[in-house]
Amino acid sequence: MAVTTAPARRGLKAKHQRLILVLLALAAMIGAVLLAMSALKDQAAYFYYPSEALAAHVEPGRAVRIGGMVVPGSIKRQPDGVTIRFTLSDGKAQLPATFSGIVPDLFHEGSGATAEGAFDASGTFHATDLLAKHDERYMPREMGGLHYDEKTHKLVAAAK
Amino acid sequence: MIAETGLAMLWLAATLAALQLFLAWVTVARGNDGAARLMHPVALLQGALTAGAFALLITLFLRSDMSVLLVAENSHSMKPFIYKFAGTWGNHEGSLLLWVTVMSVAGTAVALFERGLDRATHFATLGAQAAISLGFYAFLLFASNPFARLNPPAPDGRGLNPLLQDPGLAFHPPTLYLGYVGLSVAFSFAVGALLTRQVNARFARAMRPWVLVAWMFLTLGITAGSYWAYYSLGWGGWWFWDPTENASLMPWLAATALFHSISVLAARDALRAWTIMLSVVAFAMSMIGTFLVRSGILTSVHAFAVDPTRGAFLLALLAIYIGGSLLLFGLRIGTVNEGTRFDPVSREAFLVINNLLLSVILGLVLIGTLYPLLTEMMGVKVSVGPPYFNMIVGPIALILMLLLVIGPLARWRRDHLRSLLRKTIPAIGLALLVLVAVKLIVGARIGVMPLLGLTAAAGVALASIMPLFGRNLRRTPLFTWGMVIAHLGCAVSLAGMASDSAFVTEKLVAARPGTTIDVGGWKVEFRQVMPIAGPNWTAMDATMAVSRNGSEPVLMHPQARFFSNPPTPTTESAQLTAWDGQLYLVLGDELGDGRWQLRLWWKPFVTLIWAGGALIALGGGLALVGRVGRGWLRARARGRIHAEEVLA
Repeated sequence: MAVTTAPARRGLKAKHQRLILVLLALAAMIGAVLLAMSALKDQAAYFYYPSEALAAHVEPGRAVRIGGMVVPGSIKRQPDGVTIRFTLSDGKAQLPATFSGIVPDLFHEGSGATAEGAFDASGTFHATDLLAKHDERYMPREMGGLHYDEKTHKLVAAAK
Repeated sequence: MIAETGLAMLWLAATLAALQLFLAWVTVARGNDGAARLMHPVALLQGALTAGAFALLITLFLRSDMSVLLVAENSHSMKPFIYKFAGTWGNHEGSLLLWVTVMSVAGTAVALFERGLDRATHFATLGAQAAISLGFYAFLLFASNPFARLNPPAPDGRGLNPLLQDPGLAFHPPTLYLGYVGLSVAFSFAVGALLTRQVNARFARAMRPWVLVAWMFLTLGITAGSYWAYYSLGWGGWWFWDPTENASLMPWLAATALFHSISVLAARDALRAWTIMLSVVAFAMSMIGTFLVRSGILTSVHAFAVDPTRGAFLLALLAIYIGGSLLLFGLRIGTVNEGTRFDPVSREAFLVINNLLLSVILGLVLIGTLYPLLTEMMGVKVSVGPPYFNMIVGPIALILMLLLVIGPLARWRRDHLRSLLRKTIPAIGLALLVLVAVKLIVGARIGVMPLLGLTAAAGVALASIMPLFGRNLRRTPLFTWGMVIAHLGCAVSLAGMASDSAFVTEKLVAARPGTTIDVGGWKVEFRQVMPIAGPNWTAMDATMAVSRNGSEPVLMHPQARFFSNPPTPTTESAQLTAWDGQLYLVLGDELGDGRWQLRLWWKPFVTLIWAGGALIALGGGLALVGRVGRGWLRARARGRIHAEEVLA
């Protein structure tokens, strides 16, 4: 009796097993998507130009990226030797920022940079990371197609 | 003439790939045996021609032939020899030729050495490999010709991006490509088996060594890339969740899941459809990675040139191959029978959970990587960085580690939960002991994740060697050793990661020469800064004498370099490796008043991260040798029996 029913039972079970595995995989994937979406809502850092950041009233402490040009003459080194204060501009608005650390090799006045960090309550942007141009051909990704006009101190679309 | 010969060889190789596809079709679909004899020579010649073309491109770079556009744009006659050589693939066209070379040589290897498949499946696999190669030959010849001439020749080249002028360039891209492209072989196997409806244990045993090779090199390539980024960027970090890093991590996650599911298919003839699906996903991830990195959609040191046609070309290839294989999967999967059943408590079941967790991590990394690109299309610019990935991947990776404690101890087919849990007691006990000890010694200074990381590392380390207990070590098969060592590598790597984030000490100072700085128990005496010159750079070179506990001082030389072609400043950090960690020094800017910016780290046991990676790859290598060796012995035994029968 047991001998005759065993293969039939097993066949049925194998089919069930496949169904269960498919459902498990689906559940895992849906779970991953939901998890990712909820985490992205909290953890994705938005990118702003200075004027947009001021208009958006970004809450203090929230991680964001600010892209702009380092205003010529604005880099001021603090007495500790490792902190700088500088101003980022997109031609429409200016934003005070600070950074502690060794600045990237290509970070200098009049060049484009993306600062990653958060605002404090007084509206100063505390950068934890600075991303500068790698070489002449490089721009931070979010700033593709823009360059700094020396005369007008404005960001303009690069001539193709 | 060299460039023209190289180009002609590529065209010829592409033609042979088309012929190979035709031969496979004639043999498999038409059952025509006459054409079969041609397959080996065609595959061999195709591999030889691309390898030859690649060798010619290297020759052009070594000779600094500035009448070749690619050389003029990416090389310089004053560059040191090794960077002329490795610079061959430090650009889009050259790296693509490397890709195509690896792909067609892998195809040759499958044609010549694969003995485990029946002939129809073997030929169908070779046909699939030829079909993929054809797409990449087209990409190379129509959109990225590496042999294009420059008329008139340039007086000298523009030079190689200084960030790439590092010994890492000789090692990281080729190993990574062997891994990426090796996954194309797994993909071809899957397509071949679907075409001939031979998805079974035999197919899995044949495919497994190829996946192991790809996975091993992928592991090595990622480990090398991580260490390269660690020392060359001067940021002290070893993983930045940069999209280009994720592009290599995603195929690795898929390949890891794949060869675990292959072992289920090979040993127990279960998870047939899932294994096929993973083969497709793994190669899809390779191609998505290549697309992300090479299309210029992301700006990084890996994106050599922004050229929309190339991005579109790659996207089209991706759509054709992945879309086509998914279609085939959909059409044929109904004919793949269910595999063997297994119990909810069994080795198979744990491997299923392993696969699910790896897939979830893969999904999370993929979403996080693509999300900024998708929102940008809708006009919202966001960046997804370490906060997202660490928060979301860390906990799941820890669950995976917990699984690693139990899974390898479970028996195939059916096990008893109680006896299984009893076997894990030593590992869990050790883990808890470490948890309590670290908490008591370090106290509140340690974060939750690093603490759990150390705990899990201890548990996994012990659990990973437990499959050896009670065995005659000399008679333990090599692939079991491979598994043990690879799992141990995971524990070692995890311990390094947790230790670095828990115990790192960092100092950022502005100091005058003559000052001594304390960091993590080391005394770092800042002696002087001198200008020095290298072959194609000048530098400000700092001399730092470091010692601890009154030992003899060792000199370290962090530099700020300036390359002349193209003119670029770079930071050259200095590392001193001790048995219990690494001292990491960076020289920053000179301040007007004679002070220099210095950044110093003491990173306890950070080197375990890469040692673990190397162990994981070594485990893969041992498993590979073990499997191939056993297959070879079996084949020889079969041959002997056959010979005896003939004699009788």
